[in-house]
Amino acid sequence: MKKRAGRRKKVPLVELAHARSGDKGDTANVGLIALKPEYYPILVKHVTAARVARHFKGMISGPVERYELPNLHALNFLLHGALDGGGTISLKTDAQGKVFSTALLRLEVEVAR
Amino acid sequence: MKPRPATVRIAAGQGFWGDWLEAPHRQVTGGPVDYLMMDYLAEVTMSILQKQKSRDPSLGYAKDFIPQMERILPIVAERRIKITANAGGVNPRGCAQAVAETARRLRLGGKLRIGVVTGDDLLGRLDGLLARGHELRNLDTGRPLSDVRDRVVSANAYLGAWPVVEALRGGADIVVTGRVTDTGLTLAPLIHTFGWRPDAWDLLAAGTVAGHTIECGAQCSGGNCQVDWERIPDLANVGYPIVEAAPGGTFEITKHPGTGGRISVAGVTEQLVYEMGNPAEYITPDCIADFTSIRLEQTAKDRVQVSGVRGRPATDKLKVSIGYFYGYKAVGTLVYAWPDAYKKAQAADRILRERLADLGLTFESVLTEFVGADATHGPLARASTPLDQLPEVQLRIGVRSPEKAAVERFTREIAPLILNGPPSVTGFAGGRPKPEEIVAYWPALLDKRTVEPCVEVVDV
Repeated sequence: MKKRAGRRKKVPLVELAHARSGDKGDTANVGLIALKPEYYPILVKHVTAARVARHFKGMISGPVERYELPNLHALNFLLHGALDGGGTISLKTDAQGKVFSTALLRLEVEVAR
Repeated sequence: MKPRPATVRIAAGQGFWGDWLEAPHRQVTGGPVDYLMMDYLAEVTMSILQKQKSRDPSLGYAKDFIPQMERILPIVAERRIKITANAGGVNPRGCAQAVAETARRLRLGGKLRIGVVTGDDLLGRLDGLLARGHELRNLDTGRPLSDVRDRVVSANAYLGAWPVVEALRGGADIVVTGRVTDTGLTLAPLIHTFGWRPDAWDLLAAGTVAGHTIECGAQCSGGNCQVDWERIPDLANVGYPIVEAAPGGTFEITKHPGTGGRISVAGVTEQLVYEMGNPAEYITPDCIADFTSIRLEQTAKDRVQVSGVRGRPATDKLKVSIGYFYGYKAVGTLVYAWPDAYKKAQAADRILRERLADLGLTFESVLTEFVGADATHGPLARASTPLDQLPEVQLRIGVRSPEKAAVERFTREIAPLILNGPPSVTGFAGGRPKPEEIVAYWPALLDKRTVEPCVEVVDV
């Protein structure tokens, strides 16, 4: 991240976090993990369930839930209705939600400096 | 009574049915291990196996398991390595029988005992359960199972670690199970080795976390890891993970020396959150594990310590995995080349949809993706990628219907587009897509008391 005092800067999550995603039925989960412990509060503040729901607008049909794992500097998101029925029913390339992980990392957050 | 060991080493040999065939052999020869854990069953595997069993009653288990055993049985017999595997699918006895025959052929008769865990299969008991008021409501939709009862093809309760423990206590060297949880296959050797009690919830939770960490094989040892992925060494020679556990519930994740991959806090964390629901309530038949209590520390190169795990009492329910016939689907693809690859693929999609409509075919769903443009990241990708200069785009269109005839007709509408649709198209070498039967997944809960696991231990 480039720094400039007093300014705010838009940063894609891929610079602050890594992620892994998977499936349970028609729900995809995305675990979002801070690359450094000091980034975790940024994730907690900016990557809210509502923000993630907006990010995935048009890609998921259900609500988004968020859980916190401060011990692992991670957030877990459940994206309901993300997999076109899920499992064997789904017609999607990503029927098991494997790459919702990096799709979330496209989200941009505003950070200080 | 023999003194209990100070540590036990449990190696992951398979993370799913279809995982790397070399892994089990490498795990039992690459260094000392006490147990080899092999996980074969995903959500819909049981229905696939049930279908195989209905065609041939001697089948219904993970067939790959037998040649794997043929390759490693002489080694595990010599080194006294024990195996826990849910390869039994819907026919654990048939699977055990095949392993026993293999062992005898290798002149290991009298040297091995095989444990068989059954009792998870509820298919024959469904009507009785429904009649007694167990509705087996779908955990996602809330609908009662009676909605689809006549289409059910498999029904299995998830058993936990304890029946596997019983088999190990009975002297089994190889425990073959039906639908035992992935985590139970790792937890059971820990309970057995250290004498953990059924109400030692923190310990059972620790063993469950250990199981979750290695149940997907190399996915915690450098595989599919995003952090620093280009510098993860020698994935061609990746070392599958090993749990090295102590009686107090602290354990380390490591791998054999000289293998590739990487055991790091980042990689282990990625695996911990994989397929996670509410992290404070990871529910298994054995306990509720609290993943927000886990502490991770890199203690050495390729060695991550896991400690602090807290657990709570198990619930009085078991999860049941039910497979039911849903309908048919097919997916067809064509590749469009520059120039205007994306526009041509879009045009072909419009033409195809018009033809399907003109034929009067209706589908429950028609899904179009443009591979190379938006198949994985959808509108997020379209918004950030210049699409007019793509060198190629694969049109991928799928349909789903209760009627096989409609799906069948769809499969014949792909190839004609090569000559009667937009230009610079190729990539039909694979031929016409085949309609595929869909067996869908119906998760439910059932009172624990209604399921009685059965454990047998037999000499080879």
